[in-house]
Amino acid sequence: MMREAGSNSDLSDVAKAKADVEIIKLEDARKIYQMGGSEVKALGGVTLSFKRGSFWAIMGPSGSGKSTMMNVLGCLDRLSSGRYILEGRDVSTLDDDSLSEMRLRHLGFIFQSFNLIPQLTVQRNIELPLYYLGWEAHHSAERAKELAEKVGLTERLQHCPAELSGGQMQRVAIARALANDPQIIFADEPTGNLDTATGKEILAMLTELNGQGKTIIMVTHEMDVAAYSKQRLHMLDGLVDRIEGGE
Amino acid sequence: MKQIKLTRNILLGIEDLLLHKLRSFLTTLGIVFGVGSVVAMLAVGEGASKEALDQIRKLGSNNIIVSSVKSIEEEATSTTHSHMGIYGLSYDDYARVRETFKVIKQTAPVKLIRKEGRLGERSLELRIVGTTPVWFELVQRPVVAGRVLVASDDNEYAPAAVLTEFGARKLLAAENTIGQSIKIGGDRFEIVGIVKSESGQAGNIQIPDQEVDIYIPINVARSYFGDITSRTTSGSHERELVELHQMIVQVNSTDDVEPTANGIEDMLKRFHKKKDYLVSVPLALLRQAEATKRTFNIVLGSIAGISLLVGGIGIMNIMLASVTERTREIGIRRAIGAKRKQIISPFLIETVVLSIMGGLIGIGLGVLVPFLITYFAGMPTVITAASIVLPLVISFGVGIIFGLYPAVRAAKVDPIVALRHE
Repeated sequence: MMREAGSNSDLSDVAKAKADVEIIKLEDARKIYQMGGSEVKALGGVTLSFKRGSFWAIMGPSGSGKSTMMNVLGCLDRLSSGRYILEGRDVSTLDDDSLSEMRLRHLGFIFQSFNLIPQLTVQRNIELPLYYLGWEAHHSAERAKELAEKVGLTERLQHCPAELSGGQMQRVAIARALANDPQIIFADEPTGNLDTATGKEILAMLTELNGQGKTIIMVTHEMDVAAYSKQRLHMLDGLVDRIEGGE
Repeated sequence: MKQIKLTRNILLGIEDLLLHKLRSFLTTLGIVFGVGSVVAMLAVGEGASKEALDQIRKLGSNNIIVSSVKSIEEEATSTTHSHMGIYGLSYDDYARVRETFKVIKQTAPVKLIRKEGRLGERSLELRIVGTTPVWFELVQRPVVAGRVLVASDDNEYAPAAVLTEFGARKLLAAENTIGQSIKIGGDRFEIVGIVKSESGQAGNIQIPDQEVDIYIPINVARSYFGDITSRTTSGSHERELVELHQMIVQVNSTDDVEPTANGIEDMLKRFHKKKDYLVSVPLALLRQAEATKRTFNIVLGSIAGISLLVGGIGIMNIMLASVTERTREIGIRRAIGAKRKQIISPFLIETVVLSIMGGLIGIGLGVLVPFLITYFAGMPTVITAASIVLPLVISFGVGIIFGLYPAVRAAKVDPIVALRHE
């Protein structure tokens, strides 16, 4: 334990370079839930690493542990045992506030059901991460405009989410996920509530973001959606079943 | 920077509350009526006690008032035909009191007389007080015109008369009446001044000049009218011999008031066979009135406390419902990176804003109601600064206390569970 802490604080140049390449690293990650007396192994000892700039699809049937994987990688949930190193930092022992800080500074989220806040305008929704980052109002308004333009929603800034179509809502969600300029974007079934054509637009957007250097981690159970990714992680019973796709 | 952020958060909170105008309004009603009733009740209570306290204070906190009263025995026998009632304080009592107590600063005797008075064409029965110039020092009465009695009036048996405003109205006298002469029971007096009059009751003490028309020097009163008053009431002829109707004693310090009052009481007990006197101490009455007021305030405070508690619970209830309703939103905010305290503060701000709004509306209501009471029922009401500030502070406190639990509950929401929440 002591040795590990030491190696963490002063990384050698080699390790630094490695951390720079491996943005996400799991070591024997286990997550065990207590369900009415019996233990459920959601993650049964997973070791893997994702490279910076990669585009992963996490796949698997329900109960395979892909949601748990997503929550752990997204700093929403903590491991029961094992290590999770994100951006070269061991986050497996961080407290709630520090995990919030990690999400706020390094991660962006896109959900199946968009998860926009209904009573806030599009602009306010996009500004949300900036609000928590403590940006001043006029700066975040500028940034929101910039992002809205990027996703083609400049005209809708003052609309409420209920006035938008599904595709538009997901584009707002993408703009929001990009507001804090994160290195990693998590997409949980991003096309699940969209028709095929709109879904393709969203996936094209994700591909474009990946092209700009963002690491994308997408959970899906549809093969043709997963086809947009560069690599696919198949999970089964809390373990990695197989990995598809090359470097 | 921090202040700007707080202002922004408060504005966001208000914005959010305005999204649910009706609900927000209904939620605050508990606080509105709680605070409203506190302010209104305090105003009514303050108005009622202020009048009594003011009257007592006017009697002077260093004064002792000794009055002649008809004893119970006397009251019983006075019905007999042409009986002469002899009771009350004597000139000897007055002299004895003055000599005995070292702490006495000054004293004033009061002799009440009823006589027919005539000014110009008007003739009516007057209530006359015979006293010394000291009286005007002990019982402060602003001079409206002319002057009050002076030492030379009394010493030189000058037939000077000072009217009260009350008496002046009855006699149709005005400022230009000063210097004219008024006939009282056949004797001529010169009107030298007019003073303000006070009426009403203070506790159970008769205010010395209650409904008095005119003041004259006591020596003049004694030599002109004597000590016997006679009155014919419904067939029976009543005659009374009372030397002094009242004496007002002023001591040097407030600490001397009660011992001196007890000493006078003891002394009079020794020289009077019957209890035909009454020693009253305005200070004691003042304390009693203040104690009553305190009790009243405690009762009021309890009622107010309960109503604000109920109001607070109402707010908490709605906020808890709001937390449940907004679980998903909380989850989204947490997922984006909001820390727990960043979830707590908007909920807390909302409850505080709600309860302060309620407090303000309540104060408006609480100011309006006493105004209406005074306007329609004629009861005096007084709104003090404290009766406005206190409920406001309390409603702020209620907002914090009852907002904290729902806010903490909101912060404890697990983002993973919340995001699955529909």
